[in-house]
Formats: sequence, structure tokens, C-alpha cells
Amino acid sequence: MSTTLWIILAAAAATYLTRVGGHLVLSRFERVHPRVEAGLEAVPAAVLTTLVAPAAAAGGPAELAALTVAGLVALRGGMIATFLSGAAVLIVLRQLIG
Amino acid sequence: MSFETMRAAPLPGEFLQGVKASLPVIIGAAPFGLLFGALAVENGLSVPEAVLMSATVYGGASQMVGIELFGQTVAPWLIVLSIFAVNFRHVLYSGAIGRRIGSWPAARQALGFFFLVDPQYAEAEVKGQRGEAISFLWYMGMALPIYVLWVATSWLGAAFGALIPDPAALGIDFLLPLYFFGLVMEFRERKPWLPVVALSAAASIAAYHLVGSPWHVSIGAAAGILFAVMRPAGAGGDDR
Repeated sequence: MSTTLWIILAAAAATYLTRVGGHLVLSRFERVHPRVEAGLEAVPAAVLTTLVAPAAAAGGPAELAALTVAGLVALRGGMIATFLSGAAVLIVLRQLIG
Repeated sequence: MSFETMRAAPLPGEFLQGVKASLPVIIGAAPFGLLFGALAVENGLSVPEAVLMSATVYGGASQMVGIELFGQTVAPWLIVLSIFAVNFRHVLYSGAIGRRIGSWPAARQALGFFFLVDPQYAEAEVKGQRGEAISFLWYMGMALPIYVLWVATSWLGAAFGALIPDPAALGIDFLLPLYFFGLVMEFRERKPWLPVVALSAAASIAAYHLVGSPWHVSIGAAAGILFAVMRPAGAGGDDR
């Protein structure tokens, strides 16, 4: 087998380890400490924010307008409405202002 | 049949609910699958290798980093380590979602964790937060379309990469951040949401410029999570 194949398969194994590992470690404990619990509760907001923030900070008017509209829609509507309204604003504004 | 699928909605309904949750992800991720395939071939991977990487690693950002390094003369172990580093955030997803799917039979858990990508985790958390059980059918209803699409678009991009138009013109490069932003908003009832988001945003932006990608994810996430961990115990729950 080529080196490339080995790299891909090792990377796949390492990735699977991250996806199963957190649960394997935590499930060894009978009870989860309240502070660990509080940390886990914060995981979605904390991690997902890091996937947005640098792109948002680098964004121009079209990106910021899309986020603003999506944020407003999110207050009332569901996830799909939020996404589609933001995407529509983004695509229209990019066509208009490049 | 497992306990949680029995007490949940009728079975096809559960699966279709999962499929419905996958739709925005498919729109957002398809361009990246194409882009990954095209860049992979450009960086010296064969078409089967590019498809294999999508089918086995199954993590967009880490695959991008991987092929970036394939293009240079980097030691193999360093490529694997870099991909591991980009994917390290999944340890947190795994620990958090394990509390919701830990009652599945072991084989289903083992399979389910393979598909634990960002949107899969987040949508499962949203569903769990609504007090609904995470059934295996719902989970796979969301996971399978995304997976099939990811592998298929990777192949298309690798085979016909030269035909892809400029992604920026259609706003494609910002669709996934937009999608993740929608998910961040879904968790706004979960206190202390605002300080966690503010700290993670500030830390990830700073780390993005000072340390570089992909470390901004781990550093930014750590800032928000540490705040939640260190907060005085009495402040927990619903007071602010």
C-alpha cells in the first residue's frame, strides 16, 4: 500500500478516536461532577461559535447583513428559515455589491 | 428494536425528521465536497484516494488541512497529527452527546459516533434540549444523506474539478458559517449563553490571527467552556 493510503487510514482512525473517545472517557465515571456538567452544557455554544466568529469578523457588508437577518429570523423561526433567509440576503447582496 | 425508538414517533416519521434536519447541511456542505475533491486532485491525490478520504475521515475542515499538507513535503505522522488536532473538538461532542445516546446498543453507538460531525452533534443537542429522545432512526436519517452527499460530491469534485466556478460569487464560502450561526442561536436559552458566545468569539478571532487555523477552534472553545466550568455553582441554571 502507498504512503498516501496509510496516511488516510491513520487519519481516519485518529478521527474516529476523537468521536468515540469523549464518551468512552466520560462513561467510566459513575457521576459527572457539576462543573464538568456545566462545561459540557456550554460545548455547543462555545465550539459552534468558533466556526462562525473568524469568518464573521472577516466579513464585509453582505456577510454582516446576512448574519443580522438570520439572527432576527432565529428569534422567531426555526433553523431552516434562519439559514435560508440569511443565505438569500448573502447571495443577493454579493451580486449587488460584489 | 430499542426502547427509545419504540416510545418515539412512528418509525418512518422519525427517520424522515432526521432527513429533514439534514437538508440545510446538504446545501451548505455540497460546495465544500466539490471543492475538497478538486483541491485533493490538485494536491496529488488520485480520485479513489480523495473519495476514500471523504468516506473514512469524514470531516471537511480536517480533510482540507490534510490535502494542504499532502501538497508539501511534510512527514506522514505530522499530517495525521494535524488532522487529529483539527478534529479534536469531537472529543467534546462525544462526551456531551454520549449522555443522550449512551443507552443505544453498543454496535449502534459505535456506528453513530462515526457520523458525529458538527451539524449532526448540534442538531442532536437541539433535539435533546427540546426533551425529545435521540432515536437511532432519527440520527441515521440525518447522518446518511449528509454522508452520501459528502462522498458523492468529493468524487464529483475530484473527477470534474476543473469545471467548478468561483465559489465566492455565489456566497458559498459563507454558507456554513451562516448555518453554524443559526445553530448557535438555537442554544440561546441555555445559560450562560451570552458570556460563553462572547468569550469564545473573542478568543477564536484572536487565536485565528495570532496562532492560526485550526487552533482557533480549540482555543476559542476552551475560553467559553472554562467560563462555564469556573462560574460559581450557585449561578448555574436559570437565573440569568
